[in-house]
Order: sequence, then C-alpha cells, then structure tokens
Amino acid sequence: MKKFKKIANWLATFAVMLIICIPGLWVVLSAFRPNREILAKPAVWIPEYLSFDNFYAIFGGGKALIAIPVPAYFINSIVIASTSTFVAIVIGMSGGYAFARFRFKFKNSIFLGLMLSRTVPGIALSLPLFMIWGRIGLIDTKMGMIIVYTALNIPFTIWLIDGFFRQIPKELSEAGQVDGCTRWQAFWKIEFPLAKSGIASAAIFAFLTSWNEYALASNLTRSTDSKTLPVGLMDFTAQFTIDWAGMSAMAVIIIVPALILTFIVQKHLISGLTFGGVKG
Amino acid sequence: MTKVTLKNIVKKYGNLEVVHSINIDIAHNEFIVLVGPSGCGKSTTLRMVAGLEDITSGEIKIGDRVVNDLAPRDRNISMIFQNYALYPHMSVRENLGFGLKIAKHTEAVITERVDEAAEMLGLNELLERRPAELSGGQRQRVAMGRAIVRNPDVFLFDEPLSNLDAKLRVQMRTEIKKLHKRVKNTIIYVTHDQVEAMTLADRIVIMRDGFIEQIGTPLDVFNFPTNVFVASFIGSPPMNLIEATVDIKAGQRGNLLFPEDIVIPVPERLKNAVKHGQKVVVGIRADDLTPVNHGIDDASEKADLNLTVHISEPLGTETILFCSIGEQEIQCKMLNPYPVAADEKMKFKLAIDKIHLFDHASGNNLLGSLNG
Ligand SMILES: Nc1ncnc2c1ncn2[C@@H]1O[C@H](COP(=O)(O)OP(=O)(O)OP(=O)(O)O)[C@@H](O)[C@H]1O
Ligand SMILES: [Mg+2]
Repeated sequence: MKKFKKIANWLATFAVMLIICIPGLWVVLSAFRPNREILAKPAVWIPEYLSFDNFYAIFGGGKALIAIPVPAYFINSIVIASTSTFVAIVIGMSGGYAFARFRFKFKNSIFLGLMLSRTVPGIALSLPLFMIWGRIGLIDTKMGMIIVYTALNIPFTIWLIDGFFRQIPKELSEAGQVDGCTRWQAFWKIEFPLAKSGIASAAIFAFLTSWNEYALASNLTRSTDSKTLPVGLMDFTAQFTIDWAGMSAMAVIIIVPALILTFIVQKHLISGLTFGGVKG
Repeated sequence: MTKVTLKNIVKKYGNLEVVHSINIDIAHNEFIVLVGPSGCGKSTTLRMVAGLEDITSGEIKIGDRVVNDLAPRDRNISMIFQNYALYPHMSVRENLGFGLKIAKHTEAVITERVDEAAEMLGLNELLERRPAELSGGQRQRVAMGRAIVRNPDVFLFDEPLSNLDAKLRVQMRTEIKKLHKRVKNTIIYVTHDQVEAMTLADRIVIMRDGFIEQIGTPLDVFNFPTNVFVASFIGSPPMNLIEATVDIKAGQRGNLLFPEDIVIPVPERLKNAVKHGQKVVVGIRADDLTPVNHGIDDASEKADLNLTVHISEPLGTETILFCSIGEQEIQCKMLNPYPVAADEKMKFKLAIDKIHLFDHASGNNLLGSLNG
C-alpha cells in the first residue's frame, strides 16, 4: 500500500512536470531539427536527425531561410541588459542603504510610491514612452532602452537591497567607525560584504528582467542599432513563412544565459549569511 | 592624561529633549558607571561621547581636545556594544586586528598586538574561528579584545553583560575589573544593573529621565543618597521608604510618628534638620532593621519594633523578611537564619542612626546634597 502511494506520487509529479516542461523541451528539441521535421504532420515525436545546422544558419552560415543579424541583437541585449543592471544596482544600493539606515521626511510615502510604480504594467507605458522618446530622439537607441530598463528595475532593486541592509545591525558599521573607519570605509569593508549576496541576487533579477523583456522593446526599437534578442525573434516571421527552426535556435540562445544566471541566484538565495557576530 | 569632560550636554531628537544639560567630570584612569532605569538617556550620553550621536548643545572634551565635531575615528576611543557587534564575515583574528589594519599598521605589529590581546583574554585557541562559532562569553571577550588592541584613551561599554547568563555575568564583571587594573584607561560604562554599578565603579552617575540625580563613589551613593529615587535605586534589597510625621515637644529630642502607632526617636545627627509637624519620608535599609539576636549587635542606639513577618526568603547566609508598617510593605534582613513560620510575630531592632530622612514633597535628603 505504501509502495503504491509512493509510485502514484511519482507518477503525478511526473505528469505535472511533463505538462510544464513540454513546451520548453519542444523549443529546445526544435532548435536541433530541420524545419521539415518540425512541421511534419503527424508530429514526429522522436527526432530522426539532430544537428547544429540551425545555430550555424542564424549566425549567417549555411542555407538560412531568412537572414537575421543575430550577433548584433546579441550584443545589443548584452549591452542594454548589463548597463541597465549596473545602473539599477548602483542606485538600488544607495537607495536601499538610505531607506534602511537614515531617517528622512516622507520616507514611507516615497517607499510606498516606489512600490506602487511596480503595479503599472510595463506595456501601459509604451505609448507615452514612444511619444516622449520620439520627441527627444531616443527611439531605436541603446540609450533609450537602457533608461527604460533602469527605471523599471530601480524600485525592485531598492526594495530587495533595503531588506538585506536592514538585516545587518547598525552597530556593525558603528563599531567599524569607532575602529577607525570613515563612514564610507565602514560601508565598503563591513556592510557591503555582508549584503553582497543580496546585491548579487538583485543584480541577477534585474538582468533577467531586461534580458527577457519584449513588450516595450518591440515598440521602442526598430533596427540593429538597438533591437534585442526577444524582439529579434519576430524577424523569423516573414510575410508567408515562419522559420521555426531558426526561431527555436535563437530561443535557446536567449534561454541559456538566463538559465545559468537562475542557477546562480538559487545558490545565493539559499546560502543566506549567518549573522553570528551579533546576538539577536 | 585622559580626562573626559561633559559640559552642559543637551540632546534633542527633533523637539524631544532626552538629555538635559548634564555635567560630568571624569578623571584619568577613572572607572565611571552610568546607571539608571531604561530610557533615562545612558546610551545616548555614551554615544555622544563616542561621536555616534550629534550633540545638540554643550561641549565634550577628551583630554584637552574638544571633540564635538570629531568623527568617532578621530577620538581615539573604543566601544563595546551590547550585542558585541563583531564582524560576522571575519575570523576572530581579523576582528581583533581590524582597527590596526585600518590604521595601516604593518602585518608584524598587527600580529604581535593581536596575539598579546588574545593571550590576555584567553582567546588563543579561537583565533581562526568565526564569531558565529563562539559562545556568548567568548564573543564578549573578543569584543573586549578588539577594544584593547587599539590602545585607546577611553573605553566605552554599553551594557556589555546584559546578554549573558547570571553566572557568566559575574565572571565577566570580574574580568572587566581586572582589565581596568591592567590597562589603566579611563572607562565609561553603562548599565541598568545597580549591582554591576556598585561593584565596578570608582564613581557612579545615577541618571533618571535625562537628568543626573547623583554622582559619587559607590559608598557615597549607598550611604548618602541625595533623594528618594537614588535611595530606592541603589542597594539590594531596595531601601524601605515609609511616610512619617515629625513630632517635637518643647525641650525634647523629638519623635517620628509612623502608622500603627509606631514611634521612633529622631536620630541625633538629624535633629536639626526637622521641625515639628513636618511630613517626611523615612528611609530604612533592610540591614538596619533586624530581628533581635539575628542582626548586627553593636553599641549604636537601637529602637524596638514588633512586626509580623508575612513571607521569608532564605538566601543562605541571610534571610529577607517581608513585613509591613501600615499599608507599606517593608523588607528586613535576618542574619544567622533560623526557620520563620508564616505570620510569626517577631521583635526587631532598628539602628536609629542609620536611617535617612527625605522631604515628603520634593523627595530630597533633608541633610542636603553631599556634592553640592
Ligand atoms: N533615534 C531616536 N529618536 C527619538 N528618540 C530616541 C532615539 N533614540 C533614543 N531615543 C529616546 O531617548 C531616550 C533615551 O534613550 P537611551 O537609549 O539613551 O536610553 P537608555 O538609558 O540607554 O535605556 P536602556 O537601558 O533601555 O538602554 C529614550 O526615551 C528613547 O526613547
Ligand atoms: Mg541603552
């Protein structure tokens, strides 16, 4: 009876995981198969032929159905996501520290305001952004996207980093100051190392948000000057054809860095620091 | 020579004044203890000396320097926090050497001074551990070590023992006292525990609600409390405070009339301080009100009292007896104890010359203030 229950449990888990994973697996699988096998009817479940041809093709080699400037998009994505993450983290660190440590007027209202700004769906901003960016010439520029993503990420990074600084007793920085540090040194030598894992998590989340964002980017970018990978995916749909194979290969290229980063996040989130220096 | 001088120090948080123009002169090498109930401004005062809190007005001098506007790092002080505040990401060795490293001492000097401090505090075995791997007492010792290695002019302690269990607290108390003997620095020590204050201090500063009530040696504040607050705060068990009326008939010495028709003569040394009909608060220490044959038997003048013992608390060498005069519960001390039955009536002797008289309205000692 017990054994039966265990088996049933496994089966149920497997079924659920299958439902969740199949679309993802299908994309990965399709990335390695020729278009005709992808489109075959009835579906070919077990691939007969696997290769890197699709990847080869989208980077300009071989016989591509539709030529796509993938390297340019890849570079755009990297530049936009890393720069906006960097800025969002610098501001998030300053802001988070200020919210955790200082008293100032309207502190709670400002904090609440930041959080409320997260309730606005990004796409609702696309029209106003489009108009403003059009006026000041930021449409189809990396700078334009960097500003948008930075702004999108700041409330989140501030909120997360504030939480981590709050956990660090303020006596540690005070002890550092008494020990001979300036306030700045005390921050970098004591508080920053302790909040590091939190800051890293915030950075990775911010990076993934920018890396995967589609709705705003599809409105504000048009050419290889600024198009990011998710937007670039749509290039595979021409008027009469869709290059599913190329699209899947590109999807894999988008997913892999995200997947790696997610694993790093998980490690950081689990390995929360033990605050043994202070009796709580 | 490191004197510390606090002159008319005021601290306000917004409009709320929490320290009201206090003055303290601390001599070189002196062990000063700030004591008082929770929220009286002890930590705030200490943190102003450390430079962790701005001074609203007044002047703090360490040595001959006015330090009002100096950052903590420029004051050459060490502070030991209630929660130890050890750096969790550093080993004990790194914790101890952190201040020296910041001051850019050479590796050799750091190692030497850290080893010396570790030796002094018995931390040799623990140098490579992280704070999380230490017991409370060990953490406390590391915190002290970190303060010592920098060889500061002044040590500041903020309730360093309150996170330890009772036994360890007594042990660490002794260690702090030994430390002071060895390093001979000025120490300002904050606690709300009057026993700690009495045992450690050269002089005690008793604070209440941001005011200083009295400054004096432990014996001064014990034997000559300036007011009812100090009287009830210092000493264990706390001093009994009973209301009484002065009754002086012409040409006579005068009596104190208590509830329940108890009458005690006014002590010789206090007879000029009272007048007929005056309402006073009489302070009696438990040690001065003892059962016949179970107290100190000296030649001083005694008065006899008959009291009913409601509860007795044996402590070993002595027993605390709870009685009452009128509505007022009072505590007496019995030496060389013997078992007491509940509600047993006993004869007590009161050492008349040891009682204290306070003004009923103001609570001030009728003999005025010892230190002006
Ligand atoms: N940042 C602050 N803002 C406003 N009031 C404060 C602040 N810090 C302390 N206080 C107030 O100042 C008073 C003195 O506080 P302080 O911490 O000095 O008390 P304490 O004597 O150290 O008490 P305890 O024994 O509980 O530590 C308290 O009434 C407290 O509420
Ligand atoms: Mg305090």
